Amino acid sequence: MTSSPTAGPRVGLFATCLMNLFRPNVGFSAVKLLEDAGCSVEVPASQTCCGQPGYNSGDYDAARALARQVIEAFEHFDYVVGPSGSCMATIRHDYPALFADDPQWLPRAEALSRKSFELLSFLADVRGAAVTVDARYAGTATYHDSCSGLRGLGIKGQPRALLGEVDGLKLKEMEDAEVCCGFGGTFCVKYPEISEKMVDDKVRNILATGADTLLGGDLGCLMNIAGRLKRIHAPVKVFHIAEVLAGFADGAGLADAPKESR
Amino acid sequence: MQIRSDEFKERSVFAIHDANLQTALGRARYGFVGKRAQQVADLPEFEQLREEAKNLKNHVLDNLDHYLARYEQAVVASGGQVHWARDAEEARKIILGICKRVGAKTVTKGKSMVSEEIDLNEALIDNGMEVVETDLGEYIIQLAHEPPSHIIAPAVHKTKDQVSDLFEAAHGGPRKTQVPELVDEARRVLRDKYFRADVGITGGNFLVAETGSSIIVTNEGNGDLTQTLAKVHIVTSGIERVVPTLDDATLFLRLLARSATGQETETYTTISTGPRRADDLDGPEEYHVVLVDNGRSKMLAGRFRDMLRCIRCGACMNHCPVYGAVGGHAYGWVYPGPMGSVLTPLIKGLDAAYDLPNACTLNGRCQSVCPVKIPLPELLRELRHLQHQQNITPVMQKRALGIWRWVATRPKLYHALEQLAARALSGIARRGRIRRLPLAGGWTDSRDLPAPTGRTFLELWQGKRGQR
Amino acid sequence: MNAPANASGNARDAILKSVRDALRRDPLDATQVAALDARVPRHTRPAHDEDLVTRFMRKFESRAGTIERVASRDAVPAAVEAYRLAHRLPQRAAVGAALKDLAWPDGWLIHHEAAGITEALAVSRALCGIAETGSLMLASGPHSPTTHNFVPDDHVVVLETARIVDHFEDGWTELRARPEGMPRATNIISGPSRTADVEQTIQLGAHGPRRVHVILVG
Repeated sequence: MTSSPTAGPRVGLFATCLMNLFRPNVGFSAVKLLEDAGCSVEVPASQTCCGQPGYNSGDYDAARALARQVIEAFEHFDYVVGPSGSCMATIRHDYPALFADDPQWLPRAEALSRKSFELLSFLADVRGAAVTVDARYAGTATYHDSCSGLRGLGIKGQPRALLGEVDGLKLKEMEDAEVCCGFGGTFCVKYPEISEKMVDDKVRNILATGADTLLGGDLGCLMNIAGRLKRIHAPVKVFHIAEVLAGFADGAGLADAPKESR
Repeated sequence: MQIRSDEFKERSVFAIHDANLQTALGRARYGFVGKRAQQVADLPEFEQLREEAKNLKNHVLDNLDHYLARYEQAVVASGGQVHWARDAEEARKIILGICKRVGAKTVTKGKSMVSEEIDLNEALIDNGMEVVETDLGEYIIQLAHEPPSHIIAPAVHKTKDQVSDLFEAAHGGPRKTQVPELVDEARRVLRDKYFRADVGITGGNFLVAETGSSIIVTNEGNGDLTQTLAKVHIVTSGIERVVPTLDDATLFLRLLARSATGQETETYTTISTGPRRADDLDGPEEYHVVLVDNGRSKMLAGRFRDMLRCIRCGACMNHCPVYGAVGGHAYGWVYPGPMGSVLTPLIKGLDAAYDLPNACTLNGRCQSVCPVKIPLPELLRELRHLQHQQNITPVMQKRALGIWRWVATRPKLYHALEQLAARALSGIARRGRIRRLPLAGGWTDSRDLPAPTGRTFLELWQGKRGQR
Repeated sequence: MNAPANASGNARDAILKSVRDALRRDPLDATQVAALDARVPRHTRPAHDEDLVTRFMRKFESRAGTIERVASRDAVPAAVEAYRLAHRLPQRAAVGAALKDLAWPDGWLIHHEAAGITEALAVSRALCGIAETGSLMLASGPHSPTTHNFVPDDHVVVLETARIVDHFEDGWTELRARPEGMPRATNIISGPSRTADVEQTIQLGAHGPRRVHVILVG
């Protein structure tokens, strides 16, 4: 499943569940960005989910079963990169914790942890010198900091720096950009009223910026916010940041009607 | 208070629809968060202090028996008495015993979360005593017959209008509508109580083993009037609040005010050491400390030891978006917000508060502001793990997880189902979104579901690879 | 040490045992105890490069306290009289016995006892000032009853500039140096009493003094 052979590092793309099902364009955007940064990209077919739903529900056995599967699918790569702070934080932080008492799997979990990166931090922090953004986006965007990426992986400046290189894009910060949007995985369906209140606060802050586009690095949050924006007919397009950076944000945004031309 | 954490869902929905509460919460949230952020920006050493505070607390907890014994020794040497209470009932008995022995009629109280934890007020009132909360916030909610909704701002859920109503009902008219008038009225009413009090009860922010002192930190001065003017001063405190020396207490003092109210220091930091001395002109004749365990020593044993570092600043709840949405009463017991969602199940039982560890997005903002770096999200997840192990997790959820695991560990099947879902969902989508989805009301009641495009990424990727 | 001879003796032993069980160890041995007793805490203190008096004044005033400087101790009664007139207070004050020897104005009704419920003005002497936060430290005793610090609406505190120390820790050193040991109450006071319990609105004069005025001597 190799894309194009290059001399750069071999990267296994972690195709997150939500991306795979809801937004393939994010996957192709990630591949383009990685290849432009000199990596060869492969997408193992033996991957499914990182196991976070099990872990966060307290079912550690289930999480371990999924983690072993991910380790086996990806440990032969130079890097594992995924377009989600949430999934990648699970691999980086939670896998070693899950196998803390397992001398056989702990070293493998730790080894994978060390080479696993969220897409933007990989581009900016690991491949920084090799990255040039060649994209245009006509619009004013505001950026939501997803919690796992922000607090788990320290992703804050990288997306903004990368967006700064996009022609035509104006970034306008929202109030409380770092406050949770109310997604929280199963939280949003277990406690829908609280989640709605939280996403409404987020939506208000987005609308207050006057931006026509919302960007973020995690599809879970973006689907939640987009779902609310569309329900109240707010005229804000929603894209994963990778789509904009790759120049693939010319189609319909999340939850927007497909464009005829595509 | 009777625990009502099992009603979290209902109470949280009510809270979201309570306009007064939402007004009050909106106001509070930005005040606390902004002021704290300013303090942190003004103190370059803040992060270093957090790390030192975490390490110091860990050191104390590792040697808790030693420091408690040293503390007790020093209290006794200064003429005070130490009482030990294994649980809430024992603590109530001890305090009630002291109050009865001195024939207490009026008991004044400074703010003490431990006294809430042990249901002290009810016990004293049932025994015919007048109990007067003197912290303005506590006084307000006492008039409203409500529990605190925040550990440092107990009446944060009340608007000024509601306070005006409560004061008018309790003190008679004319109705006061301005904050200075309201504060003055409380000052006047409570003045008399301090001077009449037989027993004054306060909490203890820190207990100093070096000197046998208890430290309270307040802005109003009510705690000082409470403990100075009553004939007997009783300090209620958890066993984990001991620190080795005054210098060690200082580390926490520097973090506490900044984290709690966003001040460099609170107005009053008071170090109390024993009862009135022979030549003193004022101060209580007796000085008692009630050391309450109530589940704390058990917490020390395992994964939840980190929670005992808590210095009760409230920063976690001030920064919690769930607390910000529903306020403190939804949590159904004494301690709300992230720290309460850990403490409540540990003190009152995992099954008494199923929702609390679950009603969290694990966004981590609480941990990022905790002055003693308690990994609150990890502890909440660990509680979910215990619920799962002990079959407290609802059967349907466990079953769903079981099915998910079975499918997700079979990649071919998983991908086939994702492909099926991509087709089905895109088939029912209109204009890129799905407005109603059976069995997914939790999502679609308030949000559209962004529609898949019909093919999964892996499917498209494999097709593309075929072309190459 | 001996367990107290009351009913909580059992509880005490049970709690300490429960603590040790949780820590999975026996009571510490003599060597370990000695090491803990000899421990010297060294924590980071907020750094600053301000002169102590300047910092104390700036910080104290930032918390709604007021300050007047006088050259010598003899000038204190006149300064208090000026304050009294400015705030239209009666000629009556609770004055800490530490300041008994000063030449208080004729016609004043002065006492050195604890403050009563109607007390309007108290004058105290601070043990020291803490520059770090602009706080006063007062030690209770026959020369400085605690009620003086909390009951009156107006609290005037006399502080000598030489007694301004840098950090809290330096204040503790002052306490430890007292021959009589720790006072019953050590009050660290940073401005007037305040509350924000009604709608986060800061209101001065909650339960304690509405005004705290420092007379800085030297």
